[in-house]
Amino acid sequence: MEATAFPVLSLIIFVPIIAAVLILFLNREQSDLARGIAITAASVCFALSLFVYLNYNSNVDAIVANQELIQQAGEPGASTDMFQAAVAFEERVDWIPSLGISYHLGVDGLAVPMVLLTGMVAVAGVLVSWKIEDRTRDFMAFFLLLVAGVYGVFVSLDLFVLFFFYELAIFPMYLLIATWGWVKLREYAAMKLTLYILIGSVIALVGVIAMYFTAGRFFTENPQFLPQGASAYSFAIAHMMRAAEAGAFHIPVLGSISFEHLWFPFIFLGFAVLAGVFPFHNWSPDGHVAAPTAVSMIHAGVLMKLGAFAALRVGVQLLPEGAHVHLPWIVFLTLINVVYGAFIAFRQRDFKYVIGFSSVSHMGLVSMGFATMNIVGMTGAGLQMFSHGAMTALFFGCVGMVYDRAHTRDLPSLGGFAKVMPWVAFAFILGGLTSMGMPGLSGFVAEYPIFAGMWQASEHITLQIGGFTLSNYYSIIVVIAALGIVLTAAYVLRVTQQVFFGKFDSVKYADVGDITARERFVLIFLGTPLVILGVAPFVMAPMLETGFKPVLAMLGVGA
Amino acid sequence: MGEFNFLQSLPAIAPEIGLTIMAIVVLFLDLYLPESQRRNIAIVTAVGLFATALLYLLLWFPTPTEPEGLGAMAGLYWGGMVRHDTLAQIFKTMVLCAGALTALMTIDVRGLGRKGEFYLIVIVATLGGCLIAGASDLIMVFLGLETLTIPLYILAAFRRDDKRSAESGMKYFLFGSFASAILLYGLSLLYGFTGQTSLQGIAAYLGSDAFTANAFPVLVAMTLIVVGFGFKISAAPFHFWTPDVYEGAPTPVTAFLSVASKAASFALLVRFFLLVFPVEVVIDNQVLSSGLVINGQAIPDFWVNLAAVMAVISMTLGNVVALAQRNIKRLLAYSSIAQAGYVLMGVAALKAAPETGVAAIGFYMLMYTFSNLLAFAVIILFTEATGSETIADLGGLSRRSPWLSLMMTISLLSLGGVPPAAGFFGKFFLFQAAVEANMVWLAIIAVINAIIGLYYYLSIVKVMYVDHSPYEENEIAVSRPVAWALGLAAIAVIVLGTFAVQPVFDWALRSAASLFV
Repeated sequence: MEATAFPVLSLIIFVPIIAAVLILFLNREQSDLARGIAITAASVCFALSLFVYLNYNSNVDAIVANQELIQQAGEPGASTDMFQAAVAFEERVDWIPSLGISYHLGVDGLAVPMVLLTGMVAVAGVLVSWKIEDRTRDFMAFFLLLVAGVYGVFVSLDLFVLFFFYELAIFPMYLLIATWGWVKLREYAAMKLTLYILIGSVIALVGVIAMYFTAGRFFTENPQFLPQGASAYSFAIAHMMRAAEAGAFHIPVLGSISFEHLWFPFIFLGFAVLAGVFPFHNWSPDGHVAAPTAVSMIHAGVLMKLGAFAALRVGVQLLPEGAHVHLPWIVFLTLINVVYGAFIAFRQRDFKYVIGFSSVSHMGLVSMGFATMNIVGMTGAGLQMFSHGAMTALFFGCVGMVYDRAHTRDLPSLGGFAKVMPWVAFAFILGGLTSMGMPGLSGFVAEYPIFAGMWQASEHITLQIGGFTLSNYYSIIVVIAALGIVLTAAYVLRVTQQVFFGKFDSVKYADVGDITARERFVLIFLGTPLVILGVAPFVMAPMLETGFKPVLAMLGVGA
Repeated sequence: MGEFNFLQSLPAIAPEIGLTIMAIVVLFLDLYLPESQRRNIAIVTAVGLFATALLYLLLWFPTPTEPEGLGAMAGLYWGGMVRHDTLAQIFKTMVLCAGALTALMTIDVRGLGRKGEFYLIVIVATLGGCLIAGASDLIMVFLGLETLTIPLYILAAFRRDDKRSAESGMKYFLFGSFASAILLYGLSLLYGFTGQTSLQGIAAYLGSDAFTANAFPVLVAMTLIVVGFGFKISAAPFHFWTPDVYEGAPTPVTAFLSVASKAASFALLVRFFLLVFPVEVVIDNQVLSSGLVINGQAIPDFWVNLAAVMAVISMTLGNVVALAQRNIKRLLAYSSIAQAGYVLMGVAALKAAPETGVAAIGFYMLMYTFSNLLAFAVIILFTEATGSETIADLGGLSRRSPWLSLMMTISLLSLGGVPPAAGFFGKFFLFQAAVEANMVWLAIIAVINAIIGLYYYLSIVKVMYVDHSPYEENEIAVSRPVAWALGLAAIAVIVLGTFAVQPVFDWALRSAASLFV
C-alpha cells in the first residue's frame, strides 16, 4: 500500500510521550490537570487506533486480492512481497544509515488489532487509576511512557526499533509496579518480572544482531537477491525476510547445525518469556498480582501479547526452518501452560492470583495456535490475543473495583457482592463466559479455530526424537488442552460463586458501595468488544489472515 | 614531516592552548577576587572549557582526508609529537566536557567550591587528558599521562583535614605511580627494541620485518603496557585501588577521575593497539594496514585474547561485587570497573571489526562521560545536603526532590543500558562489534552482565521511588549553575540516545578511518 502523508503511527507513539513530559513539568499540586492530560492523550491515541483499524478493515479485500496475485505469480521473494503488500500507514526515516537502522513504522493485519487493543486498555487504565493520590503526576507520566513503548513495538517494521521500544516499555513498568503496587509483594515481583523479561529479550537481541550480520554477509556475496539499490546490511524486517527466503539462515554455524536451528529457540523463547510460556511463566502471576490495577490490565492485556507478537514476528516469520524443527516440541510447553495454569488458578485463594494464572493458561493457547503452523490455528491465535487482552483487562478491572472497596482479595471472606455491585458481577460473568469459550462471545471464535487448527496440523506434523518419530500427537494434545477449558469453567464458576453470590457480610462490608459512573464506563468499554467479536468475528478474522499469510508462506505452508 | 608551518600546526593543540590560557586566568582570578566572589571562578572555568570545546569543534575539524602526500606521517604535528585526527577530537571533547561539568558541579561544595586552586588543578588535569588523546610519541604518551595523574593525586587528597581523603590520595598515588612505572618499563622496552619513540615509527619498524629476533620481547612489552593501562582504566584484575580511592576522594574529584582519566586512557589504548601492534585493517576493500607478524607468529591475537579476558573478568567482577555495596560511591566504583569491562569488549573486537570497534568505544565513552557525571552531580547535591553517602538514605528522594530523582534515574538507566537513554545504544554498538568480530560468546557474557548491572541500578531507583525517609518534606536546594550542569548532562544523555545517535556515531566511525590515513 502507498505510504500515507499523515504520520498517524508516529502520532500514536509521540502523543503519550509528549503528554508524559508535559505532566512532569506540572506542579505537585496539579493532580487533576495531570489526570486530564493523561486521559486526553489516551483518548487521542484510542481515536487514532480506531481510525487505523477502520481504515485498514475497509481496505482488507484489496489487500487479500493483491496477496493472492503475488502468491500465484510465485516469484522469488514472494513471501516478502506478500508481507509488504499487507503493510499500511508506512513511515520511514533513516536513523543510523551506516548500520542500516531506520525509524520504520507500519502496520500489517497482525498489528492492527493489537494497536486497537492497546488504545482501549490505555484509556481504561487511565480511568481506573483516577483515584491514585500518591504522586499522581509521576504515575500518569510513567503509565503514558509504558503505553508509548507498547505501541512502538506493535508498529515497528525495523527490528532495532522494535527492540528499542520493547526495552523502553520495561522500565516504566518496573517503576509502576514497584512504587504503586501491592505493598507486600511489589518490590520482589517488579524486580523478578523485569529481570525475566530482560534476560529473554537481550538474548534475543544478540540473536538478532547475529541475524543482521548473517544476512548482511549473505547479501554481500549474493547481491542478486537484493532489490535494486538496497544496502546489504539492514535491520528492516522485510530485509531479513528476504534473506530468510533466499536461504541466508541455512548456513551451518555449529557443526552441522544451521543458523536457524540454533537460534530459533533463543529468539522465540526469549520473547515468549513475556508471553508467559512454561517454564518461564513464573514472573507473571506475581507481577500481575503486585501491580496496581491499571498496570495489571495493560500488563496482562497488552504486554503479554507483545511477547507473543514479537516471538511470531522475529522467531517464526524470520526463521521458518527453525520453527519447523522446534515448534513441534514447544507445543508441549504450551500444553503445560494451558492445563497447569488452569489447575493452579483453581487452587488459589487470592482473587487476583486466579486471574493471574488464568492469563498463563490462556496465553498458552496463543502459543499453541502458533505451533499449528496453519492458517486456521494462527488466525485463532490472533483472535485469542485480542479477545484475551480485552477479557483479562476486564477481569483485572473487576478485581480492582472489588478490592478498592472490600480491601481484601481473600476469596473465602468475600461473598454476595452482586448485591452491591451488580455491574461488576455482570462484567465478571461476561468475562468468565468468554474465557470458557461460550459461543457468541469472542473466546469461542478464538479457541475453536485453535483446536480445529491443531486437528488439522496433527496429520502432517511429526517430531523426531533420536531415531524415534512421534506423529499424530497434536490430536492428543488437543484432547488434553480441552480439559483445560473444563478447568477454566470450574475456576470461573467457583470464583463467581464465592465473590458475587452467597451471603453478603453487611457488617464487615458496611461501607462497600456501588461503582461510579466512570468505572461503569470502563466495564462497558472493555466488555463490548467481547460481544461484538463473538457475534461478528468477520470484523477481525480477514484482517488477521492477511497478516498470517506471509508468515505461512515463509513456513512453506500454502494458506 | 615536511616544512614546519605554525598556523597549520596550531589546530592540533588548540584545546591545550585554550586550557593553558584558562589556567593562567583562573590563577589570577584566585589571587585577585575577594572571597565573596570566588564562586564565580567555577563559572569562568566551566564556560571557558565549554567554549574551548565548542571552538575546537567548530573551527578546527580535522581533515585527515587531505594528508598532503605525507603518507604514514599524515596528521602529525609539532615534530610528530601529536596527531590531529578524529579519534583525538572525540576524546578531547569528552575530557573538556568532563572538566567543565565537574567545575559546575563543585560550585557549592563546602571546602572546594570557593578554592581557585581546585579549578586550576582540574584544568591542568584536563590538559593532560587532551595531550594523551592526541599523543603520538612515547615521550608525549608518558608526559600526558603524568600531566593527567599527578593533578589527580593532589585532587584526591584535596581535603587535607579529612582522613579518608588523605588516605585516598595516598593510595591513588602509590598504585598510580606503580602503574606508571610498569607502563614506563614497557615503553622503554619498546624503544629499546625499535630505536624509535614515534608510534608511527615503531609501527613501521615492527612492520618492516626488520625485527626478526623473536616475538617474545614484543609480547613482554605489550603485556607491561596493557597492565599499565589496566590500572588507569581500572580494569580487573588491576582495579584494587578503585573502590577505596573513589570512596575517599571528595565526590567531585571522584566524578572527574571516573570519566576523564578513563576516557583518555582508552583513547591511548585504541591508538596503541591499532597503530603500534597493527592488525590487518581493511576498510572499503582497501588494505590500510597489513598486520604484524613476527617469525610467523600473529601478534594481534595475543592482545585480542588479553583484552577479551580482561573484559570478562572486569565486567563479571565489577557487577557481582557492586551488588553487595551499600555506599553509593563504592557502588559506582564497581560499576565503573564493569563499564571498563564492556569497553574492553570493544577493544577485543578491534582486530576483526576495527571500524565498528573504534566507533563503539568512542560512542560508549562519550555517553559514559555524561551518564556518570550526571549520577555524581546528584550524589554531590545529596551528600552536601545530608552528609550521607549510603544508598538506603536516598529513600524518598522522589518525594523530596522529584527532579533530582528523575535525573539520577536517567543516568542509572543509561549506565544500565535502557532506552531512551544513550547507554542502550552504547551497549548495542559494543555488542554489535563483538558479534561482528565473531565473538558471540563474549557478547552473551556481556549481555548477562548487563542484566546483573541493571539489577543494582534498578535497586537504587527503587530506593528513590519506593522507600520512605523522615526528611521527605525538605527539598534539596539546587543552585542555578548546578541545575545547568544537571540539565546539560541529562539532555546530552537523552539526545545521544535518540536524535543525535546518527551524527555522533558517524563521527566516531570516521575516527577509525582517520587513524590509518
